[in-house]
Order: sequence, then structure tokens, then C-alpha cells
Amino acid sequence: MFKVLRDLLRYNKEFLLGTILISIILALIAASFFSPYDENAIYVVAPDMPPSAEFWLGTTSRGQEVFWQIAASMHNTLFFGIIVAFVSRIIAIAVGLISGYIGGRTDQIIMAVNDTLGALPNIPILLLLVFVLRDQMTWFMLAITAALLGWTHDSRLIRSVALSLRHREFTRHAVFSGMRTRQILIREHLPYVMPIVFFTTMNNLIWAIGLEVTLSVLGFSDINRPTIGGMIYWANAHSAMVSGVWWWVAFPMLFVVILFLGLFMLAMSVNEYIDPRSRLARMGA
Amino acid sequence: MNGFLIYAAKRLLQFLFVVFTGITLAFLIAHFSPVDPIEQTVSLLTSFGSTDPQAVEILRESLRELYGTGGPLLEQYFTFWGRVLTGDFGPSLSSFPTPVMTVIGRALPWTVGLLTLATIISWIIGNFLGALAGYFHSSKLLKVAGIVIMALQPIPTYIIGLSLVILFGFIWPILPISDGAQVNLAPAFNWAFISSVIEHGILPALTLVLVGIGGWFISMRSLVSNIVTDDHVVYAELGGVRSRSIFSQYVARNAMLPQVTGLALSLGNVFGGAVIVEFVFNYPGIGKLLISGIYSGDYSLVLGVTTIAIIAVAAAVFVIDIIYPLIDPRVKLG
Repeated sequence: MFKVLRDLLRYNKEFLLGTILISIILALIAASFFSPYDENAIYVVAPDMPPSAEFWLGTTSRGQEVFWQIAASMHNTLFFGIIVAFVSRIIAIAVGLISGYIGGRTDQIIMAVNDTLGALPNIPILLLLVFVLRDQMTWFMLAITAALLGWTHDSRLIRSVALSLRHREFTRHAVFSGMRTRQILIREHLPYVMPIVFFTTMNNLIWAIGLEVTLSVLGFSDINRPTIGGMIYWANAHSAMVSGVWWWVAFPMLFVVILFLGLFMLAMSVNEYIDPRSRLARMGA
Repeated sequence: MNGFLIYAAKRLLQFLFVVFTGITLAFLIAHFSPVDPIEQTVSLLTSFGSTDPQAVEILRESLRELYGTGGPLLEQYFTFWGRVLTGDFGPSLSSFPTPVMTVIGRALPWTVGLLTLATIISWIIGNFLGALAGYFHSSKLLKVAGIVIMALQPIPTYIIGLSLVILFGFIWPILPISDGAQVNLAPAFNWAFISSVIEHGILPALTLVLVGIGGWFISMRSLVSNIVTDDHVVYAELGGVRSRSIFSQYVARNAMLPQVTGLALSLGNVFGGAVIVEFVFNYPGIGKLLISGIYSGDYSLVLGVTTIAIIAVAAAVFVIDIIYPLIDPRVKLG
């Protein structure tokens, strides 16, 4: 494991860049634990101060320091993404493995439902739900809802691998030696799909965080939990760009870009590492 | 031909199934509502001052049937379907007493126009550059283009849109950053209006294209770099076929097929992006309608837009599925 990481860092530029970018974000998140202010406190510093030695990234019109707000936001936003990715991975793995293992008509039906759910436009449905539930739509509920919407594509990928495992000799051995279906799926088949799961986790994380940014930018997320999108929402509500408080908008955007590029670079390089064909192409074969 | 009919029938079934599931989901969500939309809406409306009592009664009736209060659930479900099938969502609260469908009808052409154009442009550019990058994989220029395109792809639509607003609205103000056309121009078939529409559409469309291009680029590049090593391509090269026709007829033609299927699969997400873009640029489409409906607590409008969006996306997917056999002759043979 350690050796793989070292090789990746040495020979794969995308992985190196991704690691650096994500390290910046992780450092910020670590810093958020030492924040001098409560993440929801307002008017704790002088408002509208430009970036300076005292206030590194300036202060907002609501009297918060941009730096500490970004740190707390990154913490919340990434945590949201991890919950969504984790829950939706469980669904995707379960649906994919079961559908692929059973095969036949059941598989066809499950995949028809899968494709139907995947074809629905997520954003309008989520917005309708947020609208109807209003204040009862907590941050956690939103994460679970997003997870329920974000697994269909990946379960199809997992299922295509599981489908090929079904007729392999070791599966038949396991069946004849009396292993129960659940054991076969978890002990025998799960390891084979893990690379795909890992790769799709990165993509799902990107998708989930993007969704969170989108919803909170529109003002549809938990007001009592600072997020990157929420920061931009407040900046817009105070017309920050018009009144010249550009640092309130520019720095959150900058860090969103760092976060997404970092995750994307890692996802790309991990995918390349998993797929031997592209590794060969890189070596010039 | 028979093969095509079976294929089309399957697709139609899938289309109906998607619409059925989507509408049912919307119905269930609407019934979750912990607040009573009827009393809330009517009190909001009457607080505005004098209103036509008959129109208020129509609003009350349609809200009751859409969000359902009382009566067995199954009966409510059928009434809901009746409303959806006749396109009757009652009057809209935010532009009372105009019916929701009229409001949506006014906004729909903007969204359809913007989305169709932006989706087709990004699909063509992304696939073309991706195919070139996969075929000529040692080209420096294509590598640089690839890095730029791929760096834009993961960034949320909102951030790209906002960057363009800041860039072309504040730093270098050369393009309009709000509305679908100049506000004082009446919609008409003349150059002044059309040029204004085009001018206002550039930034929203550019945002969608910048976000959309990367996905096509990445998948097309990997598809092409796999096909290039296939036997039929190697054989064509050895047989002395010109590299231009190998690229277009032997490689790109084959790699295009999964990309068309991918286009159908991606439309739901593309629509989500359009909602955001319309919000950022204050574009008068149904995405902006949805968001302003939420802000103003317009229950019938929000449900109407959601339902129409579900049907419209499913219909667009169906259309792509139906024209797919034109580029993949294998479907016709069944």
C-alpha cells in the first residue's frame, strides 16, 4: 500500500497535484478545529475589511472572518459529501452485486427500475422535496436524500462486473461447498468490485459536494451550518460584488475550485491505476 | 423494420415507466408536506388586498387536488393524474390569476432553446476534440487543450456561471449578464429582438458548454484510444487507407455510438445545470420559474414545473433513443 502510494506520487503527475490540492483542503479542515470563533457567530470582527495581515482573507459584511468561515465550511461540506458517498455506495454495492449474481429476469427488472430512477432529473425532485419540507429538511435528511438519488449509475457498473463473476469457477465451488448467497457476495465477489467502488466513490463525492454547493447557493440548505455554497449565498444576499467586497465571493470560489480539482485529479489517477490498459498506454506500449 | 418496431416499443414502454415513476414520486413528495399549502396560500393571497373570489376558489380547489387533503389516498392519486394529464395546475400564486400552465408555456421555449443549443454544441465539440486527442495521442496542442477542458469539468455549474458574471459583468463588461433579451423589447420576429436574444444567450450557453464539454471529451478519448488498437483499424492502416478516412469512418463512427446513449442518460443532469444557469443569469426559463416559485411559496407553480420537467426530460431521452437506430444499423436487424 505504502509502496503503491510512493510510486503514484513519483510517476503520476495528476496524483501528485491532486494530493497537494487535497492536502490544502485537509489542512484547512484541521485548522477549523482551532477556530477562535464559533462557526455561526456573526459580528465578531470589524465588517467589510479587505485582506490584510490581521485578517488573511478579509472579513464579511456580517462581521465574520472569511478564512475561518471557509475552514468551517470545508469541514461541513466535505463531511456531507462523505456521508452521501458512503450511504450511496452501500446501496450501489448491494443492488449491483445482487442483481448481477441472480441474473435473468430478476436482473432485468432491477436494472429497469435502476435506469428509470437514473433517468429522473435530480435537481427538480430535490428542490420539490426541500420546498415541501421546509424547516424539517435538516442537513442530515438532505444527505440521505442525495444518497438515495446518487447510486444508479454506479450500481450498473458494479452489476456488469458481478455478472461476469457469476459463471466463474470459484463461484460454483463456493455454491457447492454450501456457502450461503450472502457470504458468497460479501466474501467472494465484493473484493472483485472494490476497485470500481473506490473509483466511483471519488466521482460520487464530487457529485454530492456539487449538489450541496448548488442547493446552498440557492439558500435551500440548513442555515445554521456554514457551507461553501451558503457563504456565497450570504455574499449575494449582501450584494458583495456590487459593493466591492470581492474577497467574500472570490475566496470561497477559489477554494471550491481547489477542492474539486483535487478530487478530480485523484479520481482520474486512481482510475488510471486500476485500468491496466491506460497504464500500458502511458508507458508507451 | 420489424426489429426497429420492437426496439421502439421497448423504448416507449421505458418512457412511460419513467414518467409514471416520476409523477408518482412528485405526488408522494407533495403529500409529505407538513404545512397546509391551501390555507397558507390563500392567506398570503388575501393579504395582498382585493382579489377575485371566484379565482381564489379555483386556486383553493386546485391546491386541494394537487397536494391532497382528506379522502382516500388512491382517489387523490387518480385526481392528481387527472390534473397532470389535462395540464391543469390551477392559477399561479406569484402571477395570480394566470394559470400555471400559461406561465410555464411562456418560459418553456427559453429553456428548450438554451438547453438544446448548449447540449448539442458541447456534445459536438467535446466528442470531436476527444476523438482527435485519442487518435493523435502524441499531439502537444491537444494535450494542453485536454488539460484545460478536463480542469473545467468537475467544477459546479454555479461557480463557472458566477465566474463568467464577474469576468464579463464587472471586470470587462461587454456582455449582458441578466435576462433573456433586452427588457423593453417586445418579442417579435425582427433583427433587433433576435440579436438581443443571441447576445443575452451567449454567457448562459457558454457556461453550460464549459461544464458539459469535459465529460464527452474524457469518455470519447478513452473510447477512441481503445478502438485505435482494434484489428479492423490496424488492417485498414496496413491496407493503405488514408488516415483521414480511418479517423472518420473506422474510428469515430464506432466510438460515437456509446456517446449517443450517454447523451440520453445525461439529460437529467443537464437539466439540473440549466436550472442553476437560469438562476445565475436571471434567464426567463422554467428553471428560474421553479426557483422563484420556491422563494414566493407558489405551491402549484413548483409542482407544475417539477412535473413538466420530469416529462420533458423523459421525452427528450425518448427522442434520442428513437433516432439512435439511424446511426446504429444493427438495431434495425434486431
